[in-house]
Order: sequence, then C-alpha cells, then structure tokens
Amino acid sequence: MVDTGFDAGFFVRWMVAAAGLVEQEAGRLTELDSAIGDADHGTNMQRGFAAVVKTLESEPPATPGAVLVTAGRQLISTVGGASGPLYGTLLRRAGKSLGEASEVTVAELQAGLRAGVESVRELGGAAPGDKTMVDALLPGVEALGTSLDAAAGAAEEGALATVPMRAQKGRASYLGERSIGHQDPGATSSALLFAALAEVAR
Amino acid sequence: MSGEDRVVGVVLVSHSKAVAEAVAELAVGLTGDGPKVPVAAAGGTPDGGLGTSAELIASAAREVDRGAGVALLVDLGSAVLTVKALIAEGDELPADARLVDAPFVEGAVAAVVSASAGANLAAVVATAEEAYGYRKR
Repeated sequence: MVDTGFDAGFFVRWMVAAAGLVEQEAGRLTELDSAIGDADHGTNMQRGFAAVVKTLESEPPATPGAVLVTAGRQLISTVGGASGPLYGTLLRRAGKSLGEASEVTVAELQAGLRAGVESVRELGGAAPGDKTMVDALLPGVEALGTSLDAAAGAAEEGALATVPMRAQKGRASYLGERSIGHQDPGATSSALLFAALAEVAR
Repeated sequence: MSGEDRVVGVVLVSHSKAVAEAVAELAVGLTGDGPKVPVAAAGGTPDGGLGTSAELIASAAREVDRGAGVALLVDLGSAVLTVKALIAEGDELPADARLVDAPFVEGAVAAVVSASAGANLAAVVATAEEAYGYRKR
C-alpha cells in the first residue's frame, strides 16, 4: 500500500475517521481539559470535526490538498477555541503544500504535515516540551517515514510524554507547577489524528 | 484627513461578549468630537458563551470597513490565534485588516481616539501599540 498514492477519497475517509475518534474520545478530552484548561476541548473538537464531515460529504473536494484545506477552514470557523486556528492552520498548510495532485505518496503527506506543524509552531509559538499539541505532532510526523502505524504509535507516546511536562503556553501555563501530572488535551487529540490515519490505511 | 472622509474601523475581540461590548462603549465614550469611528464588538461565541468566533470576527470586520483599513484588538489565547489565522487565510477579512499588538482596554481607547482624529491605519496601529509603554508603577 505504500507504493500507491492516497487519493481525495482516502483523505475524506481520514477526516471522517478522525471525527469518529474525536466523537468517541470527546468525554476524555474534556476531562483532561478540565484539569488544566477550560473544559471545552472535547466539545469544541466535536463541533469542529462534525462541521468538517458535513462539508466534505456534501461537496467532496477533488484533490487530497483541497480536502485538507477545506477541513482546515471549517475548523477555524467552527471550533471556538485555540484548537480551531491551530488545527485549522495545520491542515490548511499541509493541504496547500500538497498542491493540485490527485494522489499523494506517504513522503508527500509527511512533507505537507511537516510544513503544517511548522506553521502551527509559528502561530502558537510553541517549542517541543512546552506541553502542547506539538509534542504529539512532531514525533507523529517524523515516524510517518517508517509507517502509518508507527506514526500513530509515536504520536500516542508523544501525548503520554506530556504528563510530566510543565505547560509553557496557553491558559495551562498560568497554573505553573500545577500543570505537571496531567496529559495535555491538545497533544491527546493530535494523537487521534494519527490514529485515524493509520485506521483508514489498514 | 488628506481630503477624504474614510475612517479606520476598529474591531474588539474578546472571549466575552460583555467585555467586548463594554470596552467598545468605553472607547467610544472617551472619543472627542472627531468623525464617528465605526467600532464593532466580536465577543464570545455565537450562542453567547465564552470563546472566540471566527464568523463573528469576520462579520464585525466587514461591518466597520470603510475602505481605510480595519484594526483588530484582541484579548488572549484563541482570540489572538483566530485573528492571526484569519489574516493568514487572506480572504476572510477586509484586505487592510491588521492585528494590533496592544493591551486590550488601553489599546482600544488609543485606537478609537486616534482613528477619530483622522489617523490612517498605520498610525492607529502604532498609537495603540504605544499603549504598552504607559507603565502603571
């Protein structure tokens, strides 16, 4: 499967699977966010991805890049929290870097997501170790070079690794030491994105 | 005003509808007799909750756009990130939309007062950003 490219249909299925996992894990995301944030991450992400699915299914874009750009725009418009512009920027930037190609390889997807993560870091100013979504996204993107399953595993490990970190960005950073010992909600939902990708490729 | 009547518009983006509207009222209330400055509050989510709405921000920016540019002041977190993402998007906001790097209340007053004195967008932004320079102790 690595030799064949992924088409727009695959990317739509990826977003639908991500929406499914977000739906399934919404309670846990909100619970994690109630420990160090404002207890809305699950509901925000649910609203955002539901809007993404609705748009993609009513007007399926023709290319993988267009799927991600459309999904990113929807997230920016509908999420209502910082994760909206952050995830929106991730997908939109990745989508733009995929260009007009009707099929993309894993390597192209990796390059696109790498550019997306770079934009997320510019937007939010987060560095690795700051206890943010970047801590799951970076290892996930790097492990795409091995396999999609490896990427899902690496992103999940990255999310777990945020537990002992002290938050340096966003509302959680105001808690100082008290942010230590909790898994970051954004890193957790970022890992779901990679889990969904591995799921649809199986 | 270099021979024209166009005034810079100001959008106030807060997580709270009440905060955005109150700061708008304060800033307009402190304006002198200059031309009326279009000011719009984009506070909270469309259902009245706390948060940031890209749609409210975009419609507020269109509402205050008189062709002289729009200055957007924001409170924190997702308000900052949403405006940055919208500006990067390129077509959601008026062409001359600028995120102002200023404290919310002080920056809003500085922006509205300077706009009412006929300042252009660059001058409105600069005046609002100078608000960081006023130390309180």
